[in-house]
Amino acid sequence: MIAIIDYRAGNLTSVKLAFDTIGREARITSDPACILEAERVIFPGVGAAGAAMRHLQALDLADTLREVVRRGTPFLGICLGTQIILEHSEEDGGVDTLGLLPGRVVRFAPANRYDKVPHMGWNRVHARVPHPLFEGIADETEFYFVHSYYPVPTTDDCTLATTGYAGVTFASALGRGSIVATQFHPEKSGKAGLRLLENFCRWQPAGEEPTC
Amino acid sequence: MLTRRIIPCLDIHNKVVTKGVRFQNNVELGDPVEMAARYYEDGCDELVFYDITASAERRPIDIEMVREVAKAVRIPFAVGGGISNLQDMERVLLAGAEKVSVNSLAVRNPAIIAEGSKAFGAQCIVLGMDPLAVEDRTRCPSGYEITVRGFRERTGMDALEWAKRAVDLGVGEIVVNSVDADGTRSGFELALTGLIADNVSVPVVASGGAGCSQHLVDVFTLAHADAAIIAGMIHTGDTTIPAIKADLVAAGIPIRRHW
Repeated sequence: MIAIIDYRAGNLTSVKLAFDTIGREARITSDPACILEAERVIFPGVGAAGAAMRHLQALDLADTLREVVRRGTPFLGICLGTQIILEHSEEDGGVDTLGLLPGRVVRFAPANRYDKVPHMGWNRVHARVPHPLFEGIADETEFYFVHSYYPVPTTDDCTLATTGYAGVTFASALGRGSIVATQFHPEKSGKAGLRLLENFCRWQPAGEEPTC
Repeated sequence: MLTRRIIPCLDIHNKVVTKGVRFQNNVELGDPVEMAARYYEDGCDELVFYDITASAERRPIDIEMVREVAKAVRIPFAVGGGISNLQDMERVLLAGAEKVSVNSLAVRNPAIIAEGSKAFGAQCIVLGMDPLAVEDRTRCPSGYEITVRGFRERTGMDALEWAKRAVDLGVGEIVVNSVDADGTRSGFELALTGLIADNVSVPVVASGGAGCSQHLVDVFTLAHADAAIIAGMIHTGDTTIPAIKADLVAAGIPIRRHW
């Protein structure tokens, strides 16, 4: 079973529907026991980092997530979920986040008025290193993004793929050990997104060399 | 590079997709879920559904249709019409829509934008506006006046001022639907689209008047639209989304190529 973690950070309907589409049993849950039993864990989220961290604390899920990672259970962060597995976000006046991967989250600062914030729509994802998550997906395939802040991993080694927007090239997919994470929304990214989720469901990180 | 979005619009009337000119003379075109699935397969980037009679008939939106669309497509879609409060917004979003669109409701009650944005995130809240070109600039300095209730009623509100105010209230995107161009298939209202797109910080979707690929090229290059709504030109089978995308690629417009 795949656990989709519900921590009151946005609507999980489309995440669940995407797993239904590829025929994988997924359950929306905030129960630590259920999350620890899961074969794979999805950590989604939209909204603001500050509120998300408060909800995680209130639901007592931060330690559960650390335990999931310690056990090496395959873990997929999506959008805000990806941002708050880093160490710090400058959103909401600055928030310390989970620190499962080294890095921080900063806001887009467009130099011209045509680069709108949020970064909303389909943008190209360029693979930095080969990774099973992107197997069968052509380089520069477009995925769906909606976000105003972007991840900045401390070292390039955690960057699996990059995307350009508003004058920066940012890490649009990250990974280390049993963790992978995307800034874009695979659940809303058509067939390429479904393929990425399918790849995640088949991924066996134990057989992988840690990438950093 | 962020690509320009092509968004088919499905106007729903009694569970059937219809198409009219300026909300008149509606012709029945087909089943919304089947059409959504076909456009998804064809590579559209997003979809928008307007339940065009829900508000007039004072009934809530057809939530079962939203659920069926959410099962059929794996791309974002917006739903408008028949939204009267936060509960309606929540029902639509929980049914699987990515965005809700408010138009007349936001004119009557602008606070709904701030409330929706706070509750669900700005990216979920789309402002639809139906501006009409007007001669008298004393009342509307931008030259465009907001209309509501399917163009039937003029409000005296200036389109650009309303757009800026809506952004301040927390709207995440603005659909600018020209009353003058709607249904004509003779091209987008470029001056209006450019005026809004160049003066707000959120993405702007051009709507009304799409008739051929060149109209999309124009609205992306000359009016700086982030996305464009198309309807009649594909509903009638005159052209297809892959054909439009090929034309846009040839014109050098960044477009989603893998679907």
